[in-house]
Amino acid sequence: MINKSLKQLGAMLQGKEISSVEMTQEFLNRIDRLNPEINAFITLDKDKTLAQAKHADSLLAAGKGTALTGLPIGQKDIFVAKGWRTTCGSKMLETFIGPYDADIIERFDCVGAVNLGKTNMDEFAMGSSNETSYYGKVQNPWDRSRVPGGSSGGSAAAVAARLCAAATGTDTGGSIRQPASLCGLSGLKPTYGLASRFGMIAFASSLDQSGPMAKSCEDMALMMNVLTGFDKRDSTSLNREKEDYARDLNKPLAGLKVGLPKEYFAEGLGADIAKVVNEAIAEYKKLGAQIVDISLPNTKLSIPVYYVLAPAEASSNLSRFDGVRYGHRAKEYGDLMDMYCKSRAEGFGAEVKRRILIGAYVLSAGYYDAYYIKAQQIRRLIAQDFENAFKQCDIIMGPTAPSTAFKAGEKADDPVAMYLQDIYTIAVNLAGLPGMSIPAGFAPSDDGKRLPVGLQIIGNYFDEARMLNAGHAYQQVTDWHSQMPEGIE
Amino acid sequence: MSLNSADIKRIAHLARIEVSDTEAEATLTKLTGILGLIEQMQAVDTKGIVPMSHSQDVTQRLREDVVTETNQRELFQSIAPAVKEGLYLVPKVIE
Repeated sequence: MINKSLKQLGAMLQGKEISSVEMTQEFLNRIDRLNPEINAFITLDKDKTLAQAKHADSLLAAGKGTALTGLPIGQKDIFVAKGWRTTCGSKMLETFIGPYDADIIERFDCVGAVNLGKTNMDEFAMGSSNETSYYGKVQNPWDRSRVPGGSSGGSAAAVAARLCAAATGTDTGGSIRQPASLCGLSGLKPTYGLASRFGMIAFASSLDQSGPMAKSCEDMALMMNVLTGFDKRDSTSLNREKEDYARDLNKPLAGLKVGLPKEYFAEGLGADIAKVVNEAIAEYKKLGAQIVDISLPNTKLSIPVYYVLAPAEASSNLSRFDGVRYGHRAKEYGDLMDMYCKSRAEGFGAEVKRRILIGAYVLSAGYYDAYYIKAQQIRRLIAQDFENAFKQCDIIMGPTAPSTAFKAGEKADDPVAMYLQDIYTIAVNLAGLPGMSIPAGFAPSDDGKRLPVGLQIIGNYFDEARMLNAGHAYQQVTDWHSQMPEGIE
Repeated sequence: MSLNSADIKRIAHLARIEVSDTEAEATLTKLTGILGLIEQMQAVDTKGIVPMSHSQDVTQRLREDVVTETNQRELFQSIAPAVKEGLYLVPKVIE
């Protein structure tokens, strides 16, 4: 059962082969067995979870079930959920119990999906390896000595180890796509503004976007139908007609113009990754796709631009953690200023502090134009690169990450090396475009392990249905997405 | 642009984060590396380019000026570090 798609699991529930309570219990049992090592979940609340499953069973019995009713979904611990501890991977929020539901949580609740638990993540979503979490690192199920990627590393490991049917993630610079690539699953970051940020703890507001992490594109389409939609509580939410993201899944790909940016295949890309990605592109040719060479000349600048804009926005967003209204407060302090400074020094981890400091610096008097405005100007150049590229092609393909999963600790002490993990994903966030990663094969590690490699597919604004179509067509002729790591039976 | 550890302490104070002298030293090395990365931007000619703050060309929505939130003080204060009689407690700020 654990390797079945959301659609298949849904059919089992509808056909009364199994109840949601039984299915949920099976996944909870797997979590009990495997999570102590993998550490994909930070918080479980079995009573709440099973109560939701029971409610889903009553919906199903009354014939009111829809595609996701009764299915156990892992929720990234960045989403505030009423009555659930919501930590965002930080000591700052160790005792924070959500007083309301994030829009995403509400939408899954509304269709009767079951919240299986809150998944581990890099602290405040700042990281590419899940090693900045206050709640311990997460193991990559394909090789337990390696990282799952980040920041949605807990969600990725949970799906890869089949501890949940699917999970949610968020992506500010690659935090859905890179862990999806490193853990061998499918992950999609929608066009900025399609999914509400209400109740999603803010990191860099102009870049943050939530999306699905699942075993297949078909599963992601079902999740996209639930998690997108206008929300007046998010000022950047786009008011658009609801669409069915599964509508084009089975369209033939003949004539699809696939752009390959030369910058994504240049220096810095591991030869093992290039091989797998090129094989995937050859498969697309067989499916009728037409390959077009394109250029995204400002790709390299996306990292410096991101490391100005994201920390600047983060330093503002994280100023709310003051030890007054919620969150950690130091035990001992003198005056009010001392209370702020000590509470924040104790509550935030090293990487979060570094980014707040960078942000405070680039926004400080005298530097604003040289850094923040300059970065926003180059951001426009990066968006224009894509605009030009989409005049020549329908979708863009390339690697998701420059390497396979690396060993825990390998880059933990070198922020700049860690930041380069996101070289192929960040530009998509800066432009506000949709991007996804799907499993495209495996590359052997030095120590003989099979490590997953992701293919990135970037679409034009609001072109998610076409991207899912392209991904689904590939998943009909390959089985990379349905392979499971060893040792999770 | 080179930083020293006094700069780090000044920025940290702006951000309301206490750093010890040893932490400032360690932070200095890492921040210098990151700022070196950021410095690559300066090679680009951006004259006349309009800064981009949002990917979609959207305008701020307006709504009627009416009450939309209900009072949930007790719920919200139940997660506060220190409250008394409905008020958040902080160290004394007025003598």
